[in-house]
Amino acid sequence: MTKPIATRDVYGETLAALGESNKDIVVLDADLSGSTKTSVFAKKFPERFFNMGVSEADMMGTAAGLATGGKIPFASTFAIFASGRAWEQVRQSIAYPKLNVKIVATHGGITVGEDGASHQAVEDIALMRVIPNMTVIVPCDGVETKSVIYEIVKYHGPVYVRVARGKFPVILPEDYKFTIGKGVVVRDGKDAAIIANGLMVSHALEAAAMLEKEGLDIRIINMSTIKPIDRNLIVKAAQETGVIIIAEEHSIIGGLGEAVAGVVAEEFPVPVKRVGIQDRFGQSGLAEELLVHYGLMPKDIAEAVRKAIKKK
Amino acid sequence: MESLISELMVRPAIESLKKWAKQLRVDVLMMLNKAKSGHTGGSLSAADIVTALYFYKMRHDPKNPKWEDRDRFILSKGHAAPIQYAALARCRYFSPRELLTLRRLGSILQGHPDMKCTPGIEVCTGSLGQGLSMANGMALALRLDRRSSRVYALLGDGEVEEGQVWEAAMSAAHYKLDNLCAIVDFNGFQIDGAVTDVMNIEPLSEKWKAFGWHVLMIDGHDMEQIMKALDDAENIKGRPTMIIARTVKGKGVSIFEGKYQYHGIPPSDEELKKSLEELGVSADGWPERVAL
Ligand SMILES: Cc1ncc(C[n+]2csc(CCOP(=O)(O)OP(=O)(O)O)c2C)c(N)n1
Repeated sequence: MTKPIATRDVYGETLAALGESNKDIVVLDADLSGSTKTSVFAKKFPERFFNMGVSEADMMGTAAGLATGGKIPFASTFAIFASGRAWEQVRQSIAYPKLNVKIVATHGGITVGEDGASHQAVEDIALMRVIPNMTVIVPCDGVETKSVIYEIVKYHGPVYVRVARGKFPVILPEDYKFTIGKGVVVRDGKDAAIIANGLMVSHALEAAAMLEKEGLDIRIINMSTIKPIDRNLIVKAAQETGVIIIAEEHSIIGGLGEAVAGVVAEEFPVPVKRVGIQDRFGQSGLAEELLVHYGLMPKDIAEAVRKAIKKK
Repeated sequence: MESLISELMVRPAIESLKKWAKQLRVDVLMMLNKAKSGHTGGSLSAADIVTALYFYKMRHDPKNPKWEDRDRFILSKGHAAPIQYAALARCRYFSPRELLTLRRLGSILQGHPDMKCTPGIEVCTGSLGQGLSMANGMALALRLDRRSSRVYALLGDGEVEEGQVWEAAMSAAHYKLDNLCAIVDFNGFQIDGAVTDVMNIEPLSEKWKAFGWHVLMIDGHDMEQIMKALDDAENIKGRPTMIIARTVKGKGVSIFEGKYQYHGIPPSDEELKKSLEELGVSADGWPERVAL
C-alpha cells in the first residue's frame, strides 16, 4: 500500500493536466477553489476558469449555458452545496436537456470532520441518483479518481462525481482503468459479497482480512458507478455468494445500498445488509472519530457480514 | 448640557464594551487554537458588532434563552460561530469551559451554529445565504404576535453573492419589516480572495436602497458608530434597515488583518502567542477567568 492521498488533490491535478490537451474544458467554482482544488487549473488557465462567488445555483446554470456552446464545463463546490443548494438547477438546466456538464463535488460524507452537519453531505448520492440522465460516480482512491476524470470527459452527458476531503489509502494498481457503469471485483470470495464505494472499499478490505481469520472467504466489489449500476456483477455476486452487504459513507436511504438492494430484490433475492449512516445528520468531530461513531469502520462491516451470513 | 449628560452616561459604556470586544477576540483565538480548526478572519472582523449586540443593544436573558420577548440574533455567516459562542459564554448562557470543546465530537459548540445543541442559538446556519430569510420569518411571527422584540441578522460580504439573500431582501421590504435590522460585515474578503476580484458586489448600499431598505454606512470597529446605528435603526418605520459595516478581516491581530488566507485557518501555537502579546493579555486561567 502506498501512502494515502486525498481524491480531491488528484482531481485538481488531473483537471489541470487535461486542460492542456483539451481546450474545450472550462472550470467553474463557487468560492472554494482552494478546497476543491480547481485552483490548480485556475492558475494554469485563468481565461478558462470562472469563479462565480458564493452562488452555487448561478454556477450550475452558467455551466449549462457553457455546455450549449460546446464547452465541457466542470463545476465544483462542496458536495452538499453542489447536490443540495443547486438541486433544481442541476435537474432542470443540466440533466433534463442532458447537457455535457461534469459536477465534481468535494467534501462528500462525514469525513469532512470538524465543520459539522451543515457541511457533511450524507444525502448527495440519493439526490443525484434520482435525477434521470444523471451518471453518479464515487471513486475509491486516488488512482481511480484520475481515471474517472479522464473517462467522464470522453462521455457526453451530465455526471456527478463525489470526492473527499480526507486522505484515502490507495488500493488499486497504478494501471487500473475505470469504465463508467462497471464494478470491479477487488477481492474474490465465495461466502459473502461486500459491495462498497469510496473509502468503504478499503474498510471492506480490512473487514475481509478480519473475517478470513474466522474462515470466511469474502468477495469485495468496488462499485464506483452508482448509476448506471452494474446489474450483472451484482446478480453474479448474489448467485455465487448468496448474501450481499453494502457499505457506503452515505445515508442508508437512497444511496448505493438501495441501488444494490433493488437489483437483488428484482433479479435474485438473497439476504441484504446495508452499512451506512442510519438516517441521521452528521456532526462535528475528527473524521476518524466520526467513522467510529457512525459505525463505518472495518469492524462494523465485519459485524454486518457475520449477521447477514446467518440469514443465508 | 444634554450632550454632556449623554457623554457622561455613554462613555463608560463604550469603554466597557471595548473591553468585552477584546475579551471575545481573545476567546476566539484561544478557542480556535485549541480546536485546531475553524474560521479566524471572519470571527475577528465581527467582534465589535457582536459585542455591541449582546452587551449593549439586545434585550435578552441568558438564564431564559427562550424568553418570548427576547430580541433575536441570527448569525447568517455561520462559519463565524466562535465569535457568537464567545459572546454567549461571557453572557453566561453556558459555562466558558464549554469553549474548550469547540468542534469536538459531542460538543454543544458545533462547527456551525446549531439551535438544537447550544443555548442562545436561534437557528441552524452554516450554509451561506439562508439566514436573512429565517430572520424575515421570525420578524413576521413577532409582528403577528404583536411583540416588540427586534430581529438582527449578520451577513458576510461574500455571503451576499447568494441569490437567496436578494430574494429575502425583496421580501423584507415588501412586508415592511421595520422590526428587522441586518448588518453586513463588509471586510472585503471571502475565501478565494478579495470580494471585488472573486465576484464584485458593489455598489452595495445602492443595491439595498434599490431593494427598499434604509441603509446606514458605518465603521464596523468604531463602537460608538455601531451603537448609534443600532439605535437609529430602531426609529426607522415602514422598512427594514441595513447597516453596512466597514470592517477588517482578522481585525485586532496584525498577523491576520486583511489576509484572506486566514479565512479558515486557526492560529498556530506560535501565532497565538504573538497575538496575545500584541493584545497585551495573558492566557492564564482561560477560559474561566476573563483575560483582561
Ligand atoms: C452555501 C455555501 N456555499 C459555500 C460555503 C463555504 N464558505 C464558507 S465561508 C465562505 C466565504 C464567505 O465569505 P464572507 O461572507 O465574506 O465571510 P467572512 O469574510 O465574513 O468570513 C464560503 C464560500 C458555505 N458555507 N455555504
